[in-house]
Amino acid sequence: MLGAFTVLLVFQLIGEVLVLVSGLPVPGPVVGMLLLFTTLLARGAAPAWLRETCQGLLSHLSLLFVPAGVGVLLHFQRLGAEWLPIAVALVASTVITIGVTALVMRALQR
Amino acid sequence: MTGTFSEIWVYLSASPLLGLTVTLVAYQGAYWIYRKAKMNPLANPVAISVAVLVALLWFTDTPYPVYFEGAQFVHFLLGPATVALAVPLYANLGNLMKNLLPLGGALIAGSLTAAVTAVGIGWALGASRETLLSLAPKSATAPIAMGVAEKLGGLPSLTGVLVVTTGILGAVLARGTLNLLRIHDHAVRGFAVGVAAHGIGTARAFQVSETMGAFAGLAMGLNGLLTAFLFPLLLKLWGG
Repeated sequence: MLGAFTVLLVFQLIGEVLVLVSGLPVPGPVVGMLLLFTTLLARGAAPAWLRETCQGLLSHLSLLFVPAGVGVLLHFQRLGAEWLPIAVALVASTVITIGVTALVMRALQR
Repeated sequence: MTGTFSEIWVYLSASPLLGLTVTLVAYQGAYWIYRKAKMNPLANPVAISVAVLVALLWFTDTPYPVYFEGAQFVHFLLGPATVALAVPLYANLGNLMKNLLPLGGALIAGSLTAAVTAVGIGWALGASRETLLSLAPKSATAPIAMGVAEKLGGLPSLTGVLVVTTGILGAVLARGTLNLLRIHDHAVRGFAVGVAAHGIGTARAFQVSETMGAFAGLAMGLNGLLTAFLFPLLLKLWGG
């Protein structure tokens, strides 16, 4: 577990450094993800110890949203003032996105 | 007695231990409720923990930065968790290569639809620029969406809230929407939920079937990548 965690942090660090150096407008961890993905492709397999730790971390993904979610405290004023556009945008956009994605995928399968 | 209590309170509220502990305890409690509610999407554990913690901070008059001193240790894990997405993405490579055209087409259509409809509707109804920029990446998984919002000039913490809300909405509304469109293939249903509602939608899809979950997870990873690379470019083209 410690080994896998070290691997994740090393890839994240490389990603952050590459973003800083190149000025790419992409979050560092995303570059780290791509590098790890490429490494797995080159190796031809994901080792079990890495898979287990990643599954463990991702199965608690929703916990990691909580501190950011509590940040809603900082935005009460904005949400109070703009609740209508935000609520309509979220509900309509989510329904339309599900529909469009599904219809395009089905159309292209034929 | 009250003197001792306030001394303990002063001591604890100055250390990160309290913020970290209440975050974990609130989540455990919320997850217990979620399981008791038979994983009903309305009993979303993130929504419940956030509500409990907001109420707690409100009543104890604790500023968010003080809470975050402790909660940052949980928040920090979003980075490694994003890197960890490489593993399920790699595991689903077979599914991806077999369906490259339908999946690629659906991904691009869905990802653009999510951003354009959210920003368009928000703009038409008069939302501010910061809110619109925070809305744009809301269908991507939280660590990516928050990173992208920061790069775009939105408010990462607001995006975090919008992402969680989108996930809950997607998990609740997917079944009705897809039934209305008469789409019954689990691969298509899973992929659509994953594009629109990231990790919360994916967790939901896994409860229905393994296939639906796998395609939702694949969609979440791919949409995260596309959002991270495409959105900052689109904003540049748009002249923002």
